[in-house]
Amino acid sequence: MSRTFVGMPDFPTAAAGATHDPQLRHNLREATHTIRDKRDSAVGELDDWAQLRAAGKAIKDRTLRHLDGYLEQLESAVTAAGGTVHWAADAEEANAIVTRLVRDTGEREVVKVKSMATQEIELNNALDQAGITAYETDLAELIVQLGDDLPSHILVPAIHRNRAEIREIFLRTMADWGVPAPENLSDQPAALAEAARVHLRRRFLDTKVAISGANFAVADTGTLVVLESEGNGRMCLTLPETLISVVGIEKIVPSWSDLEVFLQLLPRSSTGERMNPYTSTWTGPTDGDGPRNFHLVLLDNGRTNALADEVGRQALRCIRCSACLNICPVYERTGGHAYGSVYPGPIGAILNPQLHGTSDPVDASLPYASSLCGACYEVCPVAIDIPEVLVHLRERVVSEPGHAAEKATMGAAGWVLNDGRRLGLAQRAIGAARSMVPRHIPGPPSAWTDTRDLPDIPEKSFRQWWRKREKAQEDETTGARQPREDGAEGRQRSDRRGGERS
Amino acid sequence: MRIALFVTCVNDTLFPDTGRAVVRLLERLGHEVVFPEAQTCCGQMHYNSGYRRDAQRLAVRFVETFGDADAVLVPSGSCAAMIRDNYTRLGEAGSPLGREAGALAPRVYDLTELLVDVLGVTDVGAYFPHTVTYHPTCHGLRVLGLGERPYTLLRAVRGLELRDLGGAAECCGFGGTFAMKNAEVSSAMGWDKARNVAGSGAEVLCAADNSCLMHIGGVLNRQRSGVRVMHLAEILASTEEEPAHT
Amino acid sequence: MTGSRERILGRVRAALADVPRDERPDDVAVPRTYASAHGGDPVPTLVDRLEDYKASVHRVTAGGLAEAIAEAARRRSLARLVVPPDLPAEWTTATPATIVRDDGLTIDELDAVDGVVTGCAVAIAETGTIVLDTGTAQGRRAVSLIPDVHLCVVRADQVVNGVPETVAQLDPHRPLTWISGPSATSDIELDRVEGVHGPRILEVIIEEG
Repeated sequence: MSRTFVGMPDFPTAAAGATHDPQLRHNLREATHTIRDKRDSAVGELDDWAQLRAAGKAIKDRTLRHLDGYLEQLESAVTAAGGTVHWAADAEEANAIVTRLVRDTGEREVVKVKSMATQEIELNNALDQAGITAYETDLAELIVQLGDDLPSHILVPAIHRNRAEIREIFLRTMADWGVPAPENLSDQPAALAEAARVHLRRRFLDTKVAISGANFAVADTGTLVVLESEGNGRMCLTLPETLISVVGIEKIVPSWSDLEVFLQLLPRSSTGERMNPYTSTWTGPTDGDGPRNFHLVLLDNGRTNALADEVGRQALRCIRCSACLNICPVYERTGGHAYGSVYPGPIGAILNPQLHGTSDPVDASLPYASSLCGACYEVCPVAIDIPEVLVHLRERVVSEPGHAAEKATMGAAGWVLNDGRRLGLAQRAIGAARSMVPRHIPGPPSAWTDTRDLPDIPEKSFRQWWRKREKAQEDETTGARQPREDGAEGRQRSDRRGGERS
Repeated sequence: MRIALFVTCVNDTLFPDTGRAVVRLLERLGHEVVFPEAQTCCGQMHYNSGYRRDAQRLAVRFVETFGDADAVLVPSGSCAAMIRDNYTRLGEAGSPLGREAGALAPRVYDLTELLVDVLGVTDVGAYFPHTVTYHPTCHGLRVLGLGERPYTLLRAVRGLELRDLGGAAECCGFGGTFAMKNAEVSSAMGWDKARNVAGSGAEVLCAADNSCLMHIGGVLNRQRSGVRVMHLAEILASTEEEPAHT
Repeated sequence: MTGSRERILGRVRAALADVPRDERPDDVAVPRTYASAHGGDPVPTLVDRLEDYKASVHRVTAGGLAEAIAEAARRRSLARLVVPPDLPAEWTTATPATIVRDDGLTIDELDAVDGVVTGCAVAIAETGTIVLDTGTAQGRRAVSLIPDVHLCVVRADQVVNGVPETVAQLDPHRPLTWISGPSATSDIELDRVEGVHGPRILEVIIEEG
């Protein structure tokens, strides 16, 4: 039984802990900045990136708006090609289907290609309970599995680990799972990759059942597509006798030719490569080549909830490239575990509350896990307006019971701000209290003053100054002799000089 | 030209110097500034926090107050972005707010857009003999698309030496209520931003949004860094005769 | 099972209540204004991209193919080479290695050879990608996967510029393998390492003229 995200604290609590972990902060900073730079240069090579992005968005919108028809088309095409299609309304049903399919083969071991859908439904635990061992074969997934850890990134689930930590995990645990790590294992990435190769080689050659996800499922041909780098995908998709693919219903693209867009968008946006080392496509089983039995499990598990939300629906355009994680300043400082789900980062912050609802405190805290800086939207290859959806989900959260203090504050602020005179009176009150503001304020404002100074509060608001000036000008034109003020007060007001505030 | 100033509630209450600098600058350039006193707040805080109805009321108020203006100057990137980008979303399709907000949006300007695009000036005749680094802010960078405008204006200031800011495109971590709801992450971002500011070697950090400056300045103060924060308007308003107080 | 199928399709339809009943998929316009390719002289671009991915590349004229394969086998000390049943015999006449034709070898037998020689279906210059479609001279998927060294012959007339052209040429009903350099991983600190589970060495021989 491997670890799950059940029982994780809400985002602010988990995130606060992460910001105080210097090793984690360092690992994440190095990794996210490395991949950001690679992506920038790979995307920068294409002068039609904006057009590809617009096409990718439109193809996915077309898919989602007509998803029922495309699902039926995909089912027919896969069936015609000799595959078997199964429908799973939720995680439990998907796990039951996969478990039954594996049992039917008589095998007790399966190899797995990295797959977000099977992480989402916690398939490995379900198989484990049925006495079936699932071996993760993607290097990062292997690191997570061996370390009894949780994934923290969509593309690189072990991004929170550095080479020294990975070496230690390999030395400590590989023997329990099969071929042990060599005793003299170094922490060089090449040596660690070699250890993983040796550890898994025999497993690939012998195992009779493989489980995968898919990056794309093509409705008009029934073709499934997996992009990968290491060759573990090719091993799993080619050598076993039975292949079971668990695929979210939103993974469809309407036609084969649509891949010309996504095979450009995904690798460049994801790993920052012109093309990932390996892409495999298959349309049902092929005689004498690859698995003899192919099963496709179509998974809903909350996706139709997201589909029903006209603003939130766009989250289902996601092609899981993880560019939004890599660019996100919040993710960079918290890592993925704080999001309490296999979908972390900005996309997780809008996907999880839609898949699960916002009754759980973790999911309810996710729409706030963003400064709304917009960097995620800018890099998204299918133009998901993540800030728009975050704000939309905040509306949903505050429309539910709770949040009494915030609602009262917002209500009061709304009342004051809805009238220029009320705002003026409030400003006078603030100005009068300016000398009484301490450097550290207890209670909720300590969230600010624990780490930041407050600005000095001016004696007079802008509108007070303006009114006085207007009056002085009026008096001037009517002959009264009033000195014109234009700056003297400002000099008294505030010294926003760092380091000199008492 | 007659320019309607929407000073913003934050500037009005906490940073009146910015509004005064805007007035001084535009009058120096020979333009007339009006300040409709019915103005309050653009509704950004309510909108971003999910309080749509409150935000709608404030948007309606804004559109009523500024609907007739030839040009509305908003010396805050995030407020300008709120008005231009989100008001049409707040108005239900075909509603008066949706229509009027859409019609008003093209006449709403950030300070750098007003100067460069509308008034056609890049050298405003300012004098500011200090080293300065510029934080472009998320809304200025990604929603308004201010691009080179602020840098062009700053480079034309006599005496000013512009320093590069590392990680300039990264959010400072303010994010409105984010600064309170996720205070630890917000300040981690702020401290990283402050480190880059210190690394620039500049005496002054400048931006076109006082919310970000309040946050970064709060960190710089706490760190006793000696770096001052100033709104872009205050630098552009500064002259030899009337220097900005630094 | 049928229950879930109908349940999911029902939920999908209910979720899409806002979509007008008479809207057809094609009514959702897809702007196809992107480029079909991104320029460049195809063969030199392909060479550049392949080398960028740490593949070895050799350009030969038609007469030089057999010697180039033999040279690669010597350089990599490949004693036994597996080849698809329909690989042109003249490709391997010069090589000192033992040639094993794949007439349905077991996985373990494939694991026991040192390398594999194949042709390809098409190569994409701007991404440095070679596509195998199990057609002529390519064999089944396991043949180009299990051996540790892959010698791949690309004819210059098989090189196209961009991805769209490639997708249009390929038959989706065949199993396809797109290969861009040797197997690699970036899972450790985002540091790219060549050589994990797939062939750790990719040598590409481009036959021109």
